Parts: sequence; structure tokens; C-alpha cells
Amino acid sequence: MPETRLLLEHAEDPALRTLAGYRDRGGYATLERAYREMEPDEVLKELEDSGLRGRGGAGFAMGKKASFLPRGEMAKYLCCNADESEPGAFKDRELMQRNPHQLIEGIAIAALAAGAGHAFIFIRGEYDLQADILDAAVAEAYEAGYLGVDIVGSHCDLELVVHRGAGAYICGEETALLDALEGKRGNPRLKPPFPAVQGLYGGPTLINNVETLSNVPLIVANGAEWFRGYGTEQSPGTKVVSVSGCVRRPGNYEVELGVPTRELIYDLAGGPLDGREVKAFYPGGSSSPVLTAAEGLDLPYSFEAMAEAGSMLGSGSIIVADDTVSIPHMALRTARFYHHESCGKCTPCREGTNWTVKMLERVVRGEATPMDLDIVASVQENIIGHCLCVLGDSMAMPVGAMVRKFRQEFEDTIAAAAGRSPAGERIAAVQGAPETLGAAT
Amino acid sequence: MSELPIDRAVSEGRVPDRSPERVPELHEVDCPPELKEHIEALMGRYPDRHSASIPALWAVQRRYGWCTPEGIRRAAAVMRVTPAYLESVASFYDLLHTAPVGEHRIHVCTNISCWMRGGDELLDAFVAAAEGEDVFVTGFECLGACDIAPMASIDERYYGPLEEEDAAAAIEQLLAGSDVLPEKALEKRPLAGDATGASQRNRNGGAPDA
Repeated sequence: MPETRLLLEHAEDPALRTLAGYRDRGGYATLERAYREMEPDEVLKELEDSGLRGRGGAGFAMGKKASFLPRGEMAKYLCCNADESEPGAFKDRELMQRNPHQLIEGIAIAALAAGAGHAFIFIRGEYDLQADILDAAVAEAYEAGYLGVDIVGSHCDLELVVHRGAGAYICGEETALLDALEGKRGNPRLKPPFPAVQGLYGGPTLINNVETLSNVPLIVANGAEWFRGYGTEQSPGTKVVSVSGCVRRPGNYEVELGVPTRELIYDLAGGPLDGREVKAFYPGGSSSPVLTAAEGLDLPYSFEAMAEAGSMLGSGSIIVADDTVSIPHMALRTARFYHHESCGKCTPCREGTNWTVKMLERVVRGEATPMDLDIVASVQENIIGHCLCVLGDSMAMPVGAMVRKFRQEFEDTIAAAAGRSPAGERIAAVQGAPETLGAAT
Repeated sequence: MSELPIDRAVSEGRVPDRSPERVPELHEVDCPPELKEHIEALMGRYPDRHSASIPALWAVQRRYGWCTPEGIRRAAAVMRVTPAYLESVASFYDLLHTAPVGEHRIHVCTNISCWMRGGDELLDAFVAAAEGEDVFVTGFECLGACDIAPMASIDERYYGPLEEEDAAAAIEQLLAGSDVLPEKALEKRPLAGDATGASQRNRNGGAPDA
């Protein structure tokens, strides 16, 4: 299967990072046309018609989100969410590193459509190289008059600031991102009000992912119809998919949405090592419920197909587990991540992630009973939908799915590990008791 | 009735035996002029000066190696906020250190994709290689580079995929001040699809014009 490179076209060229290199490939022509010749509403309509869905995880229609911002003269903001921190996701890193100007052009055009005068790129602090690249690119764009005051003679202004985070997964959550950008601890806010109405500094704010905004110049340049020529009816366009884990060639591959998942994993990423088989995979980053090979490999890779299968496309990050990977250990890794990253504001998430880790540790130590697996499952159910943001849900969904789909493996893990732990032996002895009692009566 | 004596719990942390510190005055903190000007410039980039808190703490950390209490007081005086405010921010974020760390920092990813490919063993190798050196090694949550798993961030730059023996070599190069693992730097890595020469098509439907 070939890749379909729209966002990553020419990405192999190191000159693309510079303004001159980007302009040689036709860059910023769309910005000039949009600012000089188009009304904001025309741009917005093009984005709405394109059906572009947010690439950060939720998959909400980008044009629709932008249209929620109130009209009129007021301070409005645009935030580019570049806080990519979800295990399995590394596509935004690639896009920013290889083609920073495409993102800047996208931000400028989206800001025009949304009427925002101030834009921010919130990039995770770990992405130091990419932030340096963006800093240099933003400086070049200011120099060339694509940012700042009176952009390309249009009387429109836009300030763009690259803001580095400092290491917190929660800041990828849009309202926590706003708090972090306002200089506070990154705690999520209660919604509503949604950021489109009351966001950064209390003003209407449009928040979009790096990949979403990188699509904007392509859509405005070629039209919504062209964009809809790629992908499926409900998931138009291409997607940069991060494939990692137990595959031969982990990496970012840009494909049309709706391609067979099997081809993504086997053709592009090279499939599992010799003699191994795909056992399960996360289709959309560590927060998506895992799919077994039988469930997932033959599905088209699209928002709707993954949702129908009870999982989600999320940020478009596939983590493949082959038959050597222990699912209970993978569940524990997943839970530990969310436990560490929980901001602690909401009790179900703070306590739920904590206890899930403790219970899964007992499972892999052989100190649990099968009943504990029911408790693990019920804890997950009590987290979902009960917090301000979806961080807790992001642990509950995959862990819940693993316990449900691989229950036998969890029980076998407990039984196999029980012999290695004194506490496990005692529990195993007690577990044996009802049978003995049953025989006596 | 006499008041019962209350034993205050002995704690490593700060004992609240006094009122919270107010906003320090600039003349009380002896802030280096370059740091002051830098933080002032940072505040000027935002509609609200508080937004500069994370960038200001980065500046403090770059200057003093970590977010020292004195450094935080200096930044607080420039920003006109209380030191406690900046401390609350610094203690929230993993990359801002509120205790001394070594001159060099190595973050080894131990999350799902790296774990599958030997991240735990790599962390052990780095810990062993850094023994007795002024190098801060820690396991870290996903660094967003699962394509080069197992990987590490060494002084803010990404390297991978790493073998266990790379750990000792990296620390040696780091301490000698030479280029660290030049052939494993993420920056020099081609796109996954280009490395294999897999077929591609561009927006015209054809092969890319190189």
C-alpha cells in the first residue's frame, strides 16, 4: 500500500524547514490569497464544507468548532495544541520538525476565519528541538510580514507566541492547556462554558491540534471538494498515523482515512517480527480501548469504523502488541501512566488511577484473586464520565477493555505468579477452600 | 486549665510557622539584570503577565540549574507575584526541578512502546553508567518518540533506538563534551517511509517529484 502524502509532501527535504524552502514549494501563497482576497466567512465555510475532523483525539468537526466563536469585535484567541504527550502519539512532532511553516500558515488562516488576533502554540517542554525550530520559523514569518501587524497589507494583525510547557500530559486537555497558558497549574476546568465561548483570559478561544491546523492551508488552497476526495464520507482527508510497538518499522505514515488497518500495520510498518503474531493493538493511542487482532485488523482505519468497534481513532496512534507481550503487564504500564499524570483535581480519577495501579500490581505479583478483576472492572466503570476531563476515562477505557477481553490471561497470570509470592500462596490456599468445603458437605 | 502542649510533627517539608511570604521587592532579592530583563520581555509577550510563569521558571532553571528558592524569589519579584505562586507552578510540572539535579539530565522513556522494546533495561543501563557522575537519570513517561523506541532524552535532545551499551558511551561523550551518539540523533533520522523506499503518492496522485 502506498502512503498518500499531503501533509508530509516534500517532508524529506530539510530545506522545507526554512521560509525560502517552504515558499519554493508554494508555501504562504494561500495565506496571501486568504488575507487579501477572502472574507473570513468564506474561509470558515471552506473549512466547514471540507468536513475536516480534529486530529487531536476527539475528532470534532474543525469548521464547526470555529463557527461556535461569537462574532464581533472582541479579544479572541487561537491556541494550537502541540502538547502531544499520549503514549503512542508522535505525529505532531514530525509535522512541526519537518514542516513548521505549514503549521504557521494554517494558524494564520484559521485565526483569520475565527477572528482571533492572538495565537499561541502550546508545545510540550520535552519537544525542545521542535520548539527551537518553531521559534526560528515564527521569527522568519514575522520578518516576512506573514505575522504581526498588517499582514501582507490586509490591515489584519496576528501575534503568534510559541509557549513551552514543562512536562504534564494533562495540559493536552484543552481547558488544562488554557490554565497552563495563563500561568497556573494545569488543572482542567468545568465545561460548559466551552472555550469557544469563554476560554483563554475569559475570551472566546479556538483550540486545535497541530495536524488539524496543518491541513488548513491545503484545504483553503485546493477547496473543500478536493479534500473530500480523500478518505471516507465521514472521515475525509489523510491522517498521519504513528505506528509503534512490536512492528519492524515503527514510524509516521500518512494514509487516506479508511485504509485497511492490516495494511497499515503489515505493509507500511512491516508487521511483527518473524515467528510472532499480532495479539492486540491500541488503535488510537494508549487511551483507546485495545482491539484484539481478530476484532481490529480487518477494519478500515477511520473514525467511524473504530467507534463502531467500541474503540476510537483518537490521535491516530497504533501501538501493536505481539504474542510475547503480557496483557496484564501492558494494562499496568497504561494505568501507571495515567496515575502519574492525573492532576488530582477530581476524586474518581485521582483515587481510581491510584487503586487500579495497586490492584494490577497485585495481579502481576500473584496476590490477587479473580474477584479482584471484577473490582478492577467496576472501578473503571466508576471513573468514566465522572470527572471534569477525560484523563481518568482514558485509563478506564483501555484497562477495562483489557480485563474484559483478556480475562483468562489475567487469571492465568495470577495463578502463575501466585507460587512466587508468600501472600499469593496463602490466597491460593484460601481460594482452594470452598471446593474442599463443598466436598465435605 | 493549662493548654496541652502540641507536638509539631517533624517533617522534611516546610513548617508553616509564619505568614505566607508577600510579593518580594526587587531590592530585597538581588536579581541579576539579565534575568530581570529576560523575564520582563517574557511578560511582554502575553496579554496577562501571569502567563510568563512557566517561561520565567524555565529561565530560572537554565540559570541556576534548578528552580532554587532564591531564583524563584527573584522571578517573583520581577513578575510581582508571591514566591508561593511560582512554587505551586514549579512543583506541578515534571520538567521543572524543585531540588538540585546534576549538570546533565537524561530522561529514559519507560512507557508502553519503549517498555515493549526494552526501555526498562535501558534505564537500568543508564543508571549503572551514571553511577558516581554528575548526571541526573530518571525514568520518564512517554516522551513522544515511540518510533525510536527504546529512547532517551539527553540534555533535551532525543536519541534512539538505543542499545544497552549506548548508555555508557553516551555518558562518556556527555562528560567529555563531545557530540552524543551522533548516529542515533532523532534530528538526523529520515521519515519512516523514506527509509524503506516504500511507494508514495502526492496530491497529484503520482509519485513525488523529488
